[in-house]
Amino acid sequence: MTAARPRRPRSRETLPDYLLSEQQLEDMYYYMLLSRRLSERMMALQRQGRAAFVIAGAGQEAAQVGAAMALKKGTDYLAPYYRDLGMNLVYGMDAREAMLNLLGKRDDPNSFGRQMPSHWGNAARRVVTQSSVVATQLLHAAGIGLAAKLSNDPIVVLTCCGEGSTSRGDFHEALNFASIHRLPVIFYIQNNGFAITERTEKEMAVENVADRARAYNMQSAVVDGMDCVAVYQTVRPAVDQARRGGGPFLIEAKCYRLWPHSSDDDDTRYRPRKELEEWAKKDPLVLFRARVETDGIFPREDLDEIEARVEEEVRDAVQWALMQPDPAPEDALGYVYKEL
Amino acid sequence: MAEMRMRDALREALREELRRDPTVFLMGEDIGAYGGSYSVTKGLLEEFGPERVRDTPIAESGIIGAGIGAALGGLRPMVELMTINFSLLALDQIVNTAAKLHYMTNGQMHVPMVIRMASGGGSQLAATHSHSLEGLYAHFPGLKVVCPSNPADAKGLLKRAFRDDNTVVFIEHTANYGFKGEVPDDPDFLVEFGQANVLREGSDVTIVGYSGSVHQAMRAAAMLEEQDEISAEVVDLRTLRPLDMDTVVRSVKKTNRAVIVEDAWKFGGFGGELSAQIMERAFDWLDAPVARVCSKDVPMPYNRDLEFAALPSEEDIVEAVLAMF
Repeated sequence: MTAARPRRPRSRETLPDYLLSEQQLEDMYYYMLLSRRLSERMMALQRQGRAAFVIAGAGQEAAQVGAAMALKKGTDYLAPYYRDLGMNLVYGMDAREAMLNLLGKRDDPNSFGRQMPSHWGNAARRVVTQSSVVATQLLHAAGIGLAAKLSNDPIVVLTCCGEGSTSRGDFHEALNFASIHRLPVIFYIQNNGFAITERTEKEMAVENVADRARAYNMQSAVVDGMDCVAVYQTVRPAVDQARRGGGPFLIEAKCYRLWPHSSDDDDTRYRPRKELEEWAKKDPLVLFRARVETDGIFPREDLDEIEARVEEEVRDAVQWALMQPDPAPEDALGYVYKEL
Repeated sequence: MAEMRMRDALREALREELRRDPTVFLMGEDIGAYGGSYSVTKGLLEEFGPERVRDTPIAESGIIGAGIGAALGGLRPMVELMTINFSLLALDQIVNTAAKLHYMTNGQMHVPMVIRMASGGGSQLAATHSHSLEGLYAHFPGLKVVCPSNPADAKGLLKRAFRDDNTVVFIEHTANYGFKGEVPDDPDFLVEFGQANVLREGSDVTIVGYSGSVHQAMRAAAMLEEQDEISAEVVDLRTLRPLDMDTVVRSVKKTNRAVIVEDAWKFGGFGGELSAQIMERAFDWLDAPVARVCSKDVPMPYNRDLEFAALPSEEDIVEAVLAMF
């Protein structure tokens, strides 16, 4: 840990330009940064042969953290997709757990080495694990929303997928179902420009995923997914409205996948270097830091301190997780059926 | 005890479970106002209201996926799919999520859901309505598979399904809906899973079946007794997962012969699994190779004569038995 340095306590008062407090802004930066630095180390571990597979959300941190912060943590359900590390960090996962999950270690609280990495599931935190079949979790979210509605439980379910997943039938069946029954579900689509290798124009004939909501008589919005504050400001009212019984909402966060699809993908085969350089200028971490620095929310040293803290947490998590035990072979058995 | 048809027994089970457990609700195509394609849910909308008897869009994956979510949210959904052939549209949700969630989360989550669907031929509904895919569902660890042959079992097994914390695939043969039988009216009447039923005792051959084929097995057993003085024992499996092989093996050790009857295809089918397990556990007791009487290796045709030609008959069972002597 870095040496403690006296600093001004963070205010919890809402800043008018942000609709967020200083403390929330600090949290935002921390979670986005932690997500990115963890992902970088995960990719390095994969290249070293220590992790089998990495799928990350670099470029989507603002979209994830801003949206998750608009929820009631631990009360509202999250049915995320495999890039949503940032969301899970907001929902309580720490750096060590993230590494246990990547390495499929025995004590990974998501699945104890049974599920693929990044298919997070934590019943206590109300995070529902997804299948690798994309968009299937949108239906689970609709069902949870139905249960909440039938039980008069004022919770909201936020479920995520990429724009590529919106071509699947389950996406449309989920929107239709949620809209017919006016369920408290936020369909949060992170449009990162690529369905693995395919560009958006090969996936859909409409300009925005949000346009698809109209067919289901569902409200929708498009937000700049590279801007964490804008994301929060868009998602929060939709969540509040859904909680009050206003029905489902589709939000499309336009962002950009800065990395290849996964550790198994070579994006130089389909993405020009120049395009990547242009988008790197809009890196959500860079944008966020520039904005709060310019606005004088925190002194530069405080932001540097957050960076140092995150570096240290990630370093510690990797060293610690690598030494944790793997499951024993007999752990492959059990939990096939729930016993009465 | 009251005599009723299987569809009425199923409805009684649903009614009793809806009354007993406020977390139970029903969801499916045409199950509300219309009362279900096979009239199983008739009258339940009027009694329990649209929140608990819910009509859904025609979207099989959607119905099952939403059912999974509702189960995760603390309810006990009963989801009806019109036929087993249509359930293939939801196979991903059933197999990749409902059956696996408990395992993948190391026991953190589970999906207590009952999925009802109709199966089987004989009603001239042809190749995309009428197949018998019970064995397909039995293939997947994590699912329980129930196939009742009579009204009492239908009621007791369906009520038992609502008390299970796993996803139960409950498969009803369309030819059985009208089948009459005595049904206990005790609201606590349950039929435990994994307990095969010896419907008829015999000493010369064991005929094993489930769902619709049980009735053919019974008719064949009567024919064998009358025409050939062969005493056949008939075992109704009732559930394929869990599977009560002990009862089957005990019977085979007594009769020394086994014939497996199912409406499904022979190739790669559930009968092959039964045959292998009989071989593994009772090889030394067998006086003849295990025989399988199944449907022909074709998609189900429409024309009545063609359909009967494709399905196994009691004559086929008699023939298979006689070939063992």
